[in-house]
Amino acid sequence: MTEAVILGVGMHPWGKWGKPFVTYGITAAQNALADAGISWLDVDFVSGAETVRNGYPGYVSAATFAQALGWNGTRVATSYAACASGATALEAARAQIRSGRSQVALVIGADTTPKGFLAPNAGDRPDDPDWLRFRFLGATNPAFFAMYARRRMALYGDTAQHFAAVRVKSATAGLNNPNARYRKAMTIEEVLASPVVSNPLHLLEICATSDGAAAVILTSEEFARGRREDLVRVAAVSTATPRFPSMNIELPDIASDSAAVVALPSESFRQSLATSAYEEAGVSPSDVDVAEVYDLSSAMELDWYEDLQLCARGDGAKLVESGDTALGGRIPVNPSGGLACFGEAVPAQALAQVCELTWQLRGQASGRQVDGARVGITANQGLFGHGSSVILTR
Amino acid sequence: MPELAPDQASEGAPASAIATWFDDGPQPALRALQCTVCGNKVFPPRALICPNPACSSTDFESVHLGRLGTLWSFTDAQYAPPPPYPRTEGPWEPFPLLAVEITDDKMIVLGQAAPGVGLEDLTVGMPMELSVGSLTDGTAVWNWKPAGGTS
Repeated sequence: MTEAVILGVGMHPWGKWGKPFVTYGITAAQNALADAGISWLDVDFVSGAETVRNGYPGYVSAATFAQALGWNGTRVATSYAACASGATALEAARAQIRSGRSQVALVIGADTTPKGFLAPNAGDRPDDPDWLRFRFLGATNPAFFAMYARRRMALYGDTAQHFAAVRVKSATAGLNNPNARYRKAMTIEEVLASPVVSNPLHLLEICATSDGAAAVILTSEEFARGRREDLVRVAAVSTATPRFPSMNIELPDIASDSAAVVALPSESFRQSLATSAYEEAGVSPSDVDVAEVYDLSSAMELDWYEDLQLCARGDGAKLVESGDTALGGRIPVNPSGGLACFGEAVPAQALAQVCELTWQLRGQASGRQVDGARVGITANQGLFGHGSSVILTR
Repeated sequence: MPELAPDQASEGAPASAIATWFDDGPQPALRALQCTVCGNKVFPPRALICPNPACSSTDFESVHLGRLGTLWSFTDAQYAPPPPYPRTEGPWEPFPLLAVEITDDKMIVLGQAAPGVGLEDLTVGMPMELSVGSLTDGTAVWNWKPAGGTS
């Protein structure tokens, strides 16, 4: 079986311009094609991540991008998996390549987002948990992030200063990333002086929503041979779902499962995403040189350290205190600046993580390079039991 | 636990999607569906098939969840949530949002705090009990409050 390798990556910078999402996507696609040194006519499969906020063209984003680039007869498929959409699109392309049906795939996600809180679809939707949590509880996404953060404070003794230190670390890392939306150094005092949105989290600790686009050219090893020396291999794509019963409050649910009849599984959902990626790639957490995780809040980044098994459960804050996860540390996390510096462009975000790790593993992450990185892991989680973890290797 | 009538929502209250999810009275409680085969309980009380993947029963009875628990976590809304959360006139009044682990059912259920309960009254792990309150548009909802208190 052929393996899938990354021949090219490209992005459109993150920001808030309100242009059609297709314009961002085309820029990312053209950048990825140029990086790969191939033509759009070489692409035989377009794997799109869907955007749900831009009408029908967003629902069929792969076809939308194929038409915008000029119909070339390519097959298309569009995936939606909330925050994990980009990883699901990557997995679809990887399966096509490994089965021999595709040689060159364009994997792409782009979004144009509204201002303010993400809200459910319009109309009375009493069968939709996403509608119910807004209508009867006023439970926004930051409220869920804040409850996870408060839980850490109670269980592990994390403090507001620890959470703010994560944000300061991200800001420092993102300073030199040309694709980041927010490039401004900050102090713990500035983070804690920003307004509280949902106690204990401050405005600067909660991920914004952004416009942006990311694209990956995924090919067979045969097609890539001789085209570039610094090929990055997709060693694992994990898109596991939770196992019953889960006693975490997962977005957008207003209640957990009951663990009264069936015992809790040995791993949490988020940890199981990483474990299945490690198993598929045949690497262990100690092999990881760099990680890109979904810091929807500053505190959530600490959860990911533990879910990725970079430290023991409850020790996440120690990694920030020691500088282990900062650039130059033992295991840098979010050298891109993460969601803190990008804001979330849902269908593009998991692919942006793959772009960043590709640059890191090639040694091209100018101004934020993790020296000698050979193994990188991504992690994210979204609504309705979606999540992903991707491992890339050199 | 005795089976409940299909709909015990009080007459005259504003009809809402959640009106049949809890019962008011001296001992307010949430309603769940309980699988008659494996005993698993489901809240909100609607299920097509038992969510225990090792069980495929479609037979449920209506039961109450335990009305006591411990505070799993909590936060508040310093900014008004977007629609469909009901809009309020005048300055925004932040409300606490709580996650309570129901002791008997090993299940975490979110709810707003009962009127008069503020963040300063709350500590993770403290005993909590269910009560009934309303949103600003009059919709009846369940609330959580510290157990044994008067608020």
